[in-house]
Amino acid sequence: MEQKPLTIYENMELNGYSRRDFLKFCSWLAAYIGIESSGVGKIVKAMETKPRLPVVWFHFQECTCCSESFIRSSHPIVSDIVLDKISLDYTETLQAAAGHQAEEVLHNTMKKYKGEYLMLVEGSVPTEDDGIYCCIGGRTALDIVQEAAAGAKAVVAWGSCASNGCIQAAKPNPTGATPIKNIISGVPIINVPGCPPIGEVMAGTIVHLLAFDRIPQLDGLGRPKAFYSRRVHDTCYRRPNYDAGLFVESFDDENAKRGYCLYKVGCRGPVTYNACGVMRWNDGVSYPIQSGHGCIGCSEANFWDNGPFYQHLSSFPGFGIETTADDIGVIVGAATVAGMAAHAISTNIRKRSQIREGIKESIEEVNNDKGGE
Amino acid sequence: MMANRIVIDPITRIEGHLRIEVQVQNGKVVDAYSSGTMVRGFELILKGRDPRDAWAFTERACGVCTTVHALASVRTVEDALGIVIPPNAELVRNLMFCAQYMQDHVVHFYHLHALDWVDIVSALKANPNETSRIAQSISNYPKSSPKYFSDLQKKLTAFVNSGQLGIFANGYWGHSAYKLPPEVNLIGVAHYLEALEWQKEIVKIHTIFGGKNPHPNYLVGGAPCSVNIDDANAINAERLAYVGTLLKEAKTFIEQVYIPDLLAVAPYYLDWGGIGGGLENYLVYGDLPTNGYGDVGKFKFPRGAILGRDLSKVHEVDGKDIKQIQEYISHSWYEYSDGNETGKHPWDGETKFNYTGPKPPYDFLNVKEKYSWLKTPRWNGKAMEVGPLARVLVAYASGSKEVQELVNGTLKALKVPVGALFSTLGRTAARGLETILISQWAMEFYDQLISHIKNGDSRMFDNSKWDPSTWPKEAKGVGMTEAPRGALAHWIVIKDEKIDNYQLVVPSTWNASPRDPSGGMSAYESSLIGTPIADPEKPLEVLRTIHSFDPCIACAVHLYDEKGTYVHQVQTF
Repeated sequence: MEQKPLTIYENMELNGYSRRDFLKFCSWLAAYIGIESSGVGKIVKAMETKPRLPVVWFHFQECTCCSESFIRSSHPIVSDIVLDKISLDYTETLQAAAGHQAEEVLHNTMKKYKGEYLMLVEGSVPTEDDGIYCCIGGRTALDIVQEAAAGAKAVVAWGSCASNGCIQAAKPNPTGATPIKNIISGVPIINVPGCPPIGEVMAGTIVHLLAFDRIPQLDGLGRPKAFYSRRVHDTCYRRPNYDAGLFVESFDDENAKRGYCLYKVGCRGPVTYNACGVMRWNDGVSYPIQSGHGCIGCSEANFWDNGPFYQHLSSFPGFGIETTADDIGVIVGAATVAGMAAHAISTNIRKRSQIREGIKESIEEVNNDKGGE
Repeated sequence: MMANRIVIDPITRIEGHLRIEVQVQNGKVVDAYSSGTMVRGFELILKGRDPRDAWAFTERACGVCTTVHALASVRTVEDALGIVIPPNAELVRNLMFCAQYMQDHVVHFYHLHALDWVDIVSALKANPNETSRIAQSISNYPKSSPKYFSDLQKKLTAFVNSGQLGIFANGYWGHSAYKLPPEVNLIGVAHYLEALEWQKEIVKIHTIFGGKNPHPNYLVGGAPCSVNIDDANAINAERLAYVGTLLKEAKTFIEQVYIPDLLAVAPYYLDWGGIGGGLENYLVYGDLPTNGYGDVGKFKFPRGAILGRDLSKVHEVDGKDIKQIQEYISHSWYEYSDGNETGKHPWDGETKFNYTGPKPPYDFLNVKEKYSWLKTPRWNGKAMEVGPLARVLVAYASGSKEVQELVNGTLKALKVPVGALFSTLGRTAARGLETILISQWAMEFYDQLISHIKNGDSRMFDNSKWDPSTWPKEAKGVGMTEAPRGALAHWIVIKDEKIDNYQLVVPSTWNASPRDPSGGMSAYESSLIGTPIADPEKPLEVLRTIHSFDPCIACAVHLYDEKGTYVHQVQTF
């Protein structure tokens, strides 16, 4: 029986959420996506009127940490939306229908919504030896991904595996693990790197597509600017210690107990673009640096091969850019490593005060919206 | 009657992709083959790297039971280098271990396994008043009013009537093997949703100590989080209180929701206390040290092996004895330098791909030859089951009073004999029982951590062997732990400050591996033999047993006849 698909608002209503919950969600969403408060109305409108977007989610060479991160999304409304409010027609992880019947659903969706469905990919695709290193239902991942991408409206590459190849692509890359962007063409690809990405970044990316029916602004590496335009270093609450030359010399030393900068015990924050410092993890509880370990740079291409992790960054490719641009860092001053390498699109460093202001603004937006209901 | 060949592929939600092929004859499974169809080559990637980085690499083996590989890895390196971590770091690791178990076991029960037993559609017919009465008779959980259940039922009805069943689409609703009354089914649905909400809370313990979840940070020599009760930038009173609150909430959820549900469902399925037993040998490495990792005798989960279901004797397990644990490749897509039939201890392990399977797309694997990317581990030549049932049995047989009381009390309450433990139901029950203990032990570890800090010990890291120049030229180590799914160990050989060899033998390798050189089955294959199939079109029973091992799957099953023609598909959650 054909039924008119419910809109996101209708779905939320059906699930017991009030109009107020719904508006709060839209405001929250606006803050995460980083749009001005005047844009909230557009989100509300979009959610009220849009039918559910058909979505298919694939798993290849991965560890399922992306799916796990996704269900950690802290706001129940968000997990509710992305689990039930989009039309998640295929996902090996979350749907009951699987196997042949799931494939049937998959193929129906691909046929019925040709050019309209959203394709999500978790995992890299092995290309060595005709792709025999990852087979599902007797077919290679390579075969499956090419077929599905042909009719997709857009592709989201979840996590570092799908965006950059991640661990299985680390040297010597025994299976020829390849990121999605190197396999398919002719379809817009959004890379959402991280091992895994923050749950709310994943939810935020989907909801952006859903609410605005368009690809979020992407940087030169195809990442949503909203979440990947700032380095962890620039948004790190320990940054003043770095600026002042106050460093942890060894794990758990007196400086570690005071929360000094972890740069000298190995921190990739200065060369890592991610939202960890702003959004933090698991409902804002903490992030790696806050819990005493340096950033391992898990959202950057080839981060596994840029180690060892506990190595002092002075010999890290690309770090020279930052020191010259910023003209700070007493210790780093000596680091005169050339090699533009990975981060040719290094952004200008924002001053802490500006960052703080930006964060404050978004908080105010949300508060204003709450008050205005 | 001809045997039907049933192909189950993919079985997902594990690291890698799992495929199962079974033969069904006269309503029973007569043969079974288990195959891993994805490989990444971790061992090859780790060679030549800094041993202190290995935890981060191996942690990415699995994002579902995240942390367990990191723990095994840091222990492996510490073992090789002779590092003893401070007691606080051990407690932090224990707390992270417990948080992982509580999250993983609850998610397994509700989101991976429950729908093998709970019929969602039947819940639509439930009487909310009666549901409330039953719920209140089994638990003090406050969300139990008739209104709560009738609201839920209304939502569920609207959901079903919308024609869009989402994640519940195409289950075996109405299958004759479902035995619960509608009211118990409705309770199951309610708690399915409650558990999904709750699971993201308990993992915050990982975030506090390790900075994030999934994949929190570990550190060779201790834990990366420092303690300073007078600073906002370290583990202080607020952080500890946060952990304490999460632990209390978890314990409440387990006591008021998970366990009452398990005990309410079990009586309807007591026949499953006689199905799915499989192997008769159980292997446990043990974990949760109470006096340091070096003092194996003081682990909460004792180490040991049980053979032939003989609970009167626990055999000693030694990961360093090169004769005890060996891996075979006679049916795996690898080659060894000295032939196909030999077994290798992980320190001497080799990882060289040699795919000889059918060219994709294919309908069947050649199960007479090599048919999996998993190697086949054996303990003293024997196939062993690992996981919650093995842990509970070894603890029981080792004389753990708290385990014995819990197990005996449960058997008595369900009015079943000890033999019922060796089954699909026993495996599922054991998982619940150990979760109760873990929720209690976590509180003990938490109190000890507070007490240490109160007494002035805030050490979290041993720095003495951090610098590679202090290491011997060559060193070997083994690190053992218990992943939620079973015995997990890593083996390392360090040469000239670099990894020379690294091997992981994971629980799925023990349970899901292909046959050994003598044709002996591993746990999955063995447990499926004899499983009754009421309706070959809908082999729900196969999924119950496979899920009881917690392969962590949204299970997908294809059925084919012997000629490879598609017969029917199976799906469940």
